[in-house]
Amino acid sequence: MRNFPLPWAPSTRAGGVVGWPWLLLMGLLLSVVHFPAALAQETDDQAVALLEALDVDSYVAKSEAVEAIVRSDDERARDWLQALLDGRLQRSDGGRFVVVLDNRGRDWPVADALTGETLGEMSRRELDRIGINNALRNQLRSALAVVDLYSPDLERRRASAERLLGEVDDDLAGPLAEVIEEASDDRVRERLSLALAIHRLEQGELEAVAELEGSLHPRVRVALNRAATGDDPQVAIAARDALGSIEQQLKLNRAAETLYFGLSMGSVLVLAAIGLAITFGVMGVINMAHGELIMLGAYTTWAVQQLLPGQPGLALILSIPAGFLVSALAGVAIERGVIQFLKGRPLETLLATFGVSLILQQLVRTVISPQNRTVVTPEWMSGSLAVNDALSLTLNRMVVLGFALLVFVGLMLVMRRTRLGLEVRAVTQNRAMARSMGIRATRVDILTFALGSGVAGLAGVALSQLTNVGPNLGQNYIIDSFMVVVFGGVGNLWGTLVAGLSLGVINQILEPWAGAMLAKIIVLVFIILFIQKRPRGLFPQKGRAAEG
Amino acid sequence: MQARSWLLRPFSERSTQLFFGVLLAALVLVTVLHLAVPADHPLHVTAYTVNLFGKYLSYALLAVAVDLVWGYLGILSLGHGAFFALGGYAMGMYLMRQIGDRGTYGDPVLPDFMVFLNWESLPWYWQGFDMAWFAFVMVLLAPGALALVFGWLAFRSRVTGVYLSIITQAMTFALMLAFFRNEMGFGGNNGLTDFRDILGFSLRSDATRLGLFIATGVALALGYLLCRAIVVSKLGRVCVATRDAEARTRFLGYRVERFQLFVFVVSAMLAGVAGALYVPQVGIINPSEFEPIFSIEIVLWVALGGRATLYGAVIGAILVNYAKTVFTGVMPDAWLFALGGMFVLVTVFLPQGVAGLLAYRIRRQRRSSDETATPQEASA
Repeated sequence: MRNFPLPWAPSTRAGGVVGWPWLLLMGLLLSVVHFPAALAQETDDQAVALLEALDVDSYVAKSEAVEAIVRSDDERARDWLQALLDGRLQRSDGGRFVVVLDNRGRDWPVADALTGETLGEMSRRELDRIGINNALRNQLRSALAVVDLYSPDLERRRASAERLLGEVDDDLAGPLAEVIEEASDDRVRERLSLALAIHRLEQGELEAVAELEGSLHPRVRVALNRAATGDDPQVAIAARDALGSIEQQLKLNRAAETLYFGLSMGSVLVLAAIGLAITFGVMGVINMAHGELIMLGAYTTWAVQQLLPGQPGLALILSIPAGFLVSALAGVAIERGVIQFLKGRPLETLLATFGVSLILQQLVRTVISPQNRTVVTPEWMSGSLAVNDALSLTLNRMVVLGFALLVFVGLMLVMRRTRLGLEVRAVTQNRAMARSMGIRATRVDILTFALGSGVAGLAGVALSQLTNVGPNLGQNYIIDSFMVVVFGGVGNLWGTLVAGLSLGVINQILEPWAGAMLAKIIVLVFIILFIQKRPRGLFPQKGRAAEG
Repeated sequence: MQARSWLLRPFSERSTQLFFGVLLAALVLVTVLHLAVPADHPLHVTAYTVNLFGKYLSYALLAVAVDLVWGYLGILSLGHGAFFALGGYAMGMYLMRQIGDRGTYGDPVLPDFMVFLNWESLPWYWQGFDMAWFAFVMVLLAPGALALVFGWLAFRSRVTGVYLSIITQAMTFALMLAFFRNEMGFGGNNGLTDFRDILGFSLRSDATRLGLFIATGVALALGYLLCRAIVVSKLGRVCVATRDAEARTRFLGYRVERFQLFVFVVSAMLAGVAGALYVPQVGIINPSEFEPIFSIEIVLWVALGGRATLYGAVIGAILVNYAKTVFTGVMPDAWLFALGGMFVLVTVFLPQGVAGLLAYRIRRQRRSSDETATPQEASA
């Protein structure tokens, strides 16, 4: 058991705080090499028309043509404008628009402006430059900064506005104010106002501080920090106050983030443990192979995805019933094959099911592979939901959290509202009495065990989205699961929920100052001590039995 | 007189006489075959094999310790791997200090891994381990103290049965995580290794290996005798009563938790001794000994050999580990299948283990010859 259950490392996405000129340059380089050919063909006619409009004598007409390019949603617009500004957008003798890649020497390597395809070298005599004047040059500079702000694609408009934070200079301030007037999207408008406010702060304007105060964006903090150490004492004091209040909000956000990760980790614990709460808590059967049933669920997800290549979302949804079924069937096999012979001998059951867990692990290693398998996360589950600039919640964890709650509610309903639940409770309370009332106890045993095992399968499906799927997956969760069930109070589903979630949160709170490993140790020791104090868990079952 | 006969009383039992006879014969046989038979003779026992047998014997002692608490007290401890490892670490620390300046970095005091981690001086808990007697006392005290604290907390709150098994497992797991940390000062992942000598004898010489093998055999004999003495004493009767009906024993006026605690601590110390004898023979101790699977495996040895017999534990430990050696050599992939299969088959079909089978045979033979009733070992 060398690899520990540490699936809680928050999956941070690479933050895009790269300056836009760099992006632009990189974009240019990339797009020259690599053009989406299919897209290019569709819009070719339109694109040619846009470029044709540039090749006129009148600078007024050219200016209009530039405007048209800015407003078109052509992906190549920025490259064209940049090339035009640099004097590298040229027309060959054949009437083809090309971008000169390197204009030193006699022969220039060129690329097709439409397809991006390199056309080899052309003599400068074959090429005809599209000229610009100073007015047009200024227009192009501003246009380049805001070209994406006109894109009909909302995401690109937003991304572009995001890039402008802290990058506004005097030349841009004017056109941006206009764009803000026109912007239809609140987010774009908010970002642009912020960008302008940063600019105004840099100019030493006191009112700008008030505008920036509510924002948690790192760029804003950079600007305020600079202002706080600046020359103007009034601005500096205001900036310092603003920074203080931002720091307060950041603290709150960090707390919220810890809570979120804690709940997410807790939901995983709940999912892993809730099946055990049925088999161990309600039936009193120790199933050490529970972890391997989780593993089977995860492998089922992988298998279904292999069967449906290219449709990870559909596969994931299908693997929910599939994972349940596979694990439930495995559970029935374990119950019939081993556990039924060991009724009333819990310690022997523990040992025998541990043996089963070893066999299942080795089976997966032999049949599939000892290596981890990757399970694809469907698009609608990847990415994150940005609450504000400092707090974004990863979607896959949120889905798992919701799924855990759903499973919990479902199980609660089964136990409280169905015939099966009634019979389970009857059999566990008094087996002989239940049987004499006509309940087929053996059948109830099988069904209950199948239910608990199936839920383990569901946990596996969910876990496959968060951690590696490998033969050791289950082993990593078995001790945690038992801890959660015992901590919550055996036989109590609510206890399992509360215990799982609170252990997750406690772990996350401890982690920053103790480290992941020590946090886990502290939690384990805490539970061990807690059980000494309250041997029957957080929510003990009420009953008259003298012995647990 | 009374005190002496207490420890010697088990010798009146047939099983103890037989056990000591077989153990002595085995020790003598291996020694003779190793020393007296020339190396090219087919009956020659190589130093490697002697070492292997020594390892088995230390496992056997560990199994006896587990059988004492599981077989006679009904406590299924999944934490004996931890006691074993603690004893092993105490011994490992002594052996580490014996390396002196012969390590890779040549530091006269600090072990290599501490030099590697840029530690300035020896942590306080490493002090004293350069003295053999201190280390040997710690072999007993470290697991004993853990068992005392843990058992005191658990038995006082009447945590028994499956719950106790689960929290002992959690304890082992927590210790494993702790020992994996470099900051703990026990070598982290790699543990303690590269030992040179013990009590002045080089660990690489065959004579030392033989000596360790014999020492382990003697320790097993003494441990067995101690356990047997406990079991046949009045204390042992109370233990069995506790195992079979804890509440009733309590109602009779026995302070059950005290008996449990005493036996649990003795058992943990025995496990520590087993670990201390194991480490110089395998030449390494690392956190993998804390793995929960190892602790459960020990229980399987006992179950396979037969609970509540003590000699069954010895048989089980040797059988399973011999099988492990064979399997991992011939077809390593099949070992977990075999181990898992053993768990299932033994618990379902052979609840009394191999010893139970033997006892059954003997009883049937006796019944056919005469009608004397043999004392029946109860098991829950």
